Amino acid sequence: MSKVRVLVGTRKGAFVLTADASRKSWKVDGPHFAGWEIFHVKGSAADPDRVYASQSSSWFGQVMHQSKDGGKTWETVGNQFAYDGTPGTHRWYDGSPHPWEFKRVWHLEPSLDDPDHLYAGVEDAAIFESKDGGKSWAELPALREHKTASDWAPGAGGMCLHTIVIDPQNKSRMFVAISSAGAFRSDDAGQSWRPINHGLRSNYIPDPDAEVGHCVHRIAMHPTRPNVLFMQKHWDVLRTDDGGENWREISGNLPTDFGFVIDVNSNDPDTIYVVPITSDSLHYVPDGKLRVFRSKTGGDDWEALTKGLPQKDCYVNVLRDAMAVDTLDPCGIYFGTSGGQVYASPDGGDTWSAIVRDLPAVLSVEAQAIA
Amino acid sequence: MIRVVLPSNLQTLAGVGKVVEVQVSGPATQRAILDALEANHPALLGTVRDAVTKKRRPMIRFFACEEDLSDESPDVPVPDEVATGKEPFLIIGAIAGG
Repeated sequence: MSKVRVLVGTRKGAFVLTADASRKSWKVDGPHFAGWEIFHVKGSAADPDRVYASQSSSWFGQVMHQSKDGGKTWETVGNQFAYDGTPGTHRWYDGSPHPWEFKRVWHLEPSLDDPDHLYAGVEDAAIFESKDGGKSWAELPALREHKTASDWAPGAGGMCLHTIVIDPQNKSRMFVAISSAGAFRSDDAGQSWRPINHGLRSNYIPDPDAEVGHCVHRIAMHPTRPNVLFMQKHWDVLRTDDGGENWREISGNLPTDFGFVIDVNSNDPDTIYVVPITSDSLHYVPDGKLRVFRSKTGGDDWEALTKGLPQKDCYVNVLRDAMAVDTLDPCGIYFGTSGGQVYASPDGGDTWSAIVRDLPAVLSVEAQAIA
Repeated sequence: MIRVVLPSNLQTLAGVGKVVEVQVSGPATQRAILDALEANHPALLGTVRDAVTKKRRPMIRFFACEEDLSDESPDVPVPDEVATGKEPFLIIGAIAGG
């Protein structure tokens, strides 16, 4: 019988949540790496027991861990992320040139067919690759050396590369997103990149339709339809049907189109989920109600999912890497909040319950279905 | 043997107790102590000082014999009391929080 493992990164450690396929009764294991900020924990599709974790600390810097037993035990791996060559400058908050400086790993993306091969998205924005299980890391420098990079500027959360999406039907094709530069695509395994932001409109930058400068928060793809991507931008929810060449807004009847997370039902490529957040200055859910919104039409038409979620006096946020889906049928949906709750729906979003309520603030959630 | 006191997060990371002992050949400088510490406990590489530049991380301090040695040159010998193991070399995470 299948079981589900949910990997949770928090401000003060990592947690591993497990259940059988009914996803009703959960075991909570942790904290792992107690006291450390865990930006992301993610397992390999090629070997679900191979799990990687990114730890970060203002005091002690970046640490990386690998587990070969599904997160029961861990070993440290390489934490040297050196930019290729002499990195140039990007734009600082005051408009001045600022040298590229490595700060932390935001996102880990294991390759789809080799548990030793993975990518890391880092702040200041760049993508690194490891082919030896995280022992050593090499930058794919073409992204940071893109002709527009000297104009990239950090958002309030830093200039982070936080999203990496690999096309399962063409492993040379990758999509990344950077706050606040925008979305980029590579068709040659990271050797070259180009911005794919046509159709994004951002009123907080001088030219709202600029080629770069958009604060993309998250991109999601269904593996059977890699040319269709869904995006939660700073404001606006969008989709593309041509691999990012053109985007159109699908915010429709959402109560607000600000937010961080977006994901796709594993059994239906047109069923998508977002958690609207009040605004860029009010990072909590609107009206004191925690609501996941689901569209079964690939956007534009949204329904509020509330059963089992708090509908009064709730003021939590859900960060960009803190929603995930499993691959069971019906699809399980999971998300974690700034208040330390991790919610699960075993039925595609119809009903919800908290797996755990009082963790440190949740930074990331990933789900694995294990045979 | 030189005694090095680690902050709790690094004890967890390295899987050791509060005090670890290191041996250095030649003068007992901060650099020699940290080189020996990282060689004995590779998980600590990059956590006390930058792995490439070897500069002390900004929110780490080095104390010994009731003195703050953080801004001393890494190549200046530490006090004799530390070199002989009478007093520990303390690695401290700067105080922060609310």
